[in-house]
Amino acid sequence: MTIQLTHFSAAFVFALFASIVFGITHRETTREMVRYGLYCFAMFLGGLLIAGWAMWLVRR
Amino acid sequence: MANQPIAKAKAADPAQPDNTMSIIAPALGWLIPGAGHMIQKRWIRGVLLFTSIGTLFVLGLMMQGHIYKANGGDILDILGFVGDLGAGGMYIVTLAMNWGQGTIAFAIADYGTKFMIVAGLLNFIAVADAYHIAIGKKP
Repeated sequence: MTIQLTHFSAAFVFALFASIVFGITHRETTREMVRYGLYCFAMFLGGLLIAGWAMWLVRR
Repeated sequence: MANQPIAKAKAADPAQPDNTMSIIAPALGWLIPGAGHMIQKRWIRGVLLFTSIGTLFVLGLMMQGHIYKANGGDILDILGFVGDLGAGGMYIVTLAMNWGQGTIAFAIADYGTKFMIVAGLLNFIAVADAYHIAIGKKP
């Protein structure tokens, strides 16, 4: 069984699961874990979008 | 006199000396992602870790990612092996079933390879976390 993901969906899934693990392992209380997980997720996706647009600008 | 700050730091460290759980939890956590937390009754954390790391690894396999075997060749191949090894039981099963042996022929397969390596590396972090819980350094 194989699966085909687009670049964005692969990056989304990666960001989601990596952020969950980072949140759980890098903070002590539940509230901090959730906040840090959301922060990591936003940074992953934000970085992805910024890098994507930067490459688009460079290519022009 | 010079050793005084070190002595104070040791006295302030709430970590407990090594116990049986500090060996069992990391070992079990390496073999089954999240199990090191579950055995210490951190059920939600354990389930989330198992789901996250397990899904990343399985998705990597389904994307026809390549799994690295023990090797002494290129440095990136060695690092790939170290990353994959972190997935513990899933890595062992994958090798035993002879999955993930294809060549990386297209971009998605390359993403899959990275998914499996990162799953293993994340499990190393989870194992360290399980150890910190076992010695009382983390609630």
